[in-house]
Amino acid sequence: MAKLKLPKGSPSIDMTPMVDLAFLLVTFFMLAADFRTDEVVKVEIPSSIGKDDIPQKTLVMVTVDTKGRVFFTCSGEEVRKKVLTQMMAKYKVPLSEENITTFSRMEGGFGCSMSELPKYLSLESEERKNLPNATIPVDTSATNELADWINFANREMLDYGKKKFEEESAKQGKGGVPLKADDFKPKFVLKADMEAEYVKVKTVIEVFRNLKLNNLNFVTSQEAHQL
Amino acid sequence: MAEIVESGGGGEKGGKKRPKKGSARIDMTPMVDLGFLLLTFFVLTSTFAKPKVMSLTYPAKEIDKTVKPPKVKNGITFLVSDDRVFYYKGEFYPVGNADGKPATQLIETDFGPEGIRKILKENNTFVLNKITELKGKLDKKQISDSIYKKELIAAKGESEALKVLVKTDMKAKTRNFIDVIDELYIAQIGVIAPVDITKSEQALLDEKLKQ
Repeated sequence: MAKLKLPKGSPSIDMTPMVDLAFLLVTFFMLAADFRTDEVVKVEIPSSIGKDDIPQKTLVMVTVDTKGRVFFTCSGEEVRKKVLTQMMAKYKVPLSEENITTFSRMEGGFGCSMSELPKYLSLESEERKNLPNATIPVDTSATNELADWINFANREMLDYGKKKFEEESAKQGKGGVPLKADDFKPKFVLKADMEAEYVKVKTVIEVFRNLKLNNLNFVTSQEAHQL
Repeated sequence: MAEIVESGGGGEKGGKKRPKKGSARIDMTPMVDLGFLLLTFFVLTSTFAKPKVMSLTYPAKEIDKTVKPPKVKNGITFLVSDDRVFYYKGEFYPVGNADGKPATQLIETDFGPEGIRKILKENNTFVLNKITELKGKLDKKQISDSIYKKELIAAKGESEALKVLVKTDMKAKTRNFIDVIDELYIAQIGVIAPVDITKSEQALLDEKLKQ
């Protein structure tokens, strides 16, 4: 049998289609997907037929995890900074400039009492996630730390929303659909783990209701339903 | 590998430089590396399944006590416990009440489509019929979209429409509560009130749970 002749030198493969594909996928992912925010705690959300999007612009969010720990966040770096400054003044907890910056960059939320906040903010973000007992103190009384966080965030968010509304309306100019002022009002979102005890969630709901904030949005994953 | 083929050495001095024949091959490996690196980065950091929100408006805390609550003709109360749900129709009558009415019995149901959803659909026929009627008009362009919405809200507020109270006990999970509220939205219930469980209801529920 005649021996097969092997080609000499390195075999060259045309990589162009592969490169095409790779960059096509890169482009797709860049355009189609949003970045995941660094969540402070992992929460399994229940499903419902709710089909509204999470109001990203003016969001005030409280998270309750499986163990009933409470976390807080709101949108906007400057809002978070202002809220923190007011909380510092109220609870007389001094924080370094560095800690304030860390806090205002924490988009995923935080969970800790005011007295422990300096220590909490000095930790690395991975260490923060591993604290088993970190939670914002909350109870059924009219004044608790969570109520103050929500209250200050509500006020700041109102101003921020107004500013944002004017800015975006000006940017849009006369053409196009006029923006609704309602879209820029603070929106209160409650993200509760599906296995969390409802009593804990209810305590948080009561905090909102004590502040006369009666419209709450529950974060849920969408499920298909036939009506 | 694809590569640029170099002509050997410096070549002859003063010789005419000739353009190379054939296509110049460029080594694409680094580009591919970079492409896939970016691809991996974007795949890992991005999210697609955007969570949605379900809006729920609670009744205001300070209710004006001089205004009496409207008469409810058609009401259901759901009592939610750990993965179990019970209901009763109408008002609650404890054992040995003054009115001489029979004591309220709890009926167990489930979170599936054959449970709560069926009960709600059967009891909310007034609103559901109204919706079909209005939708028919809307399709025939007899009424506008805004009128449709207005009429719908009005229908849900009428006394014949089903009103639902949701009460949870200490053992209920968030999932259970959301499931019930979700079913209420599916059944087009207009008036939803999450309220505290009363002591006698809790006692009745505990008894049922033991069974």
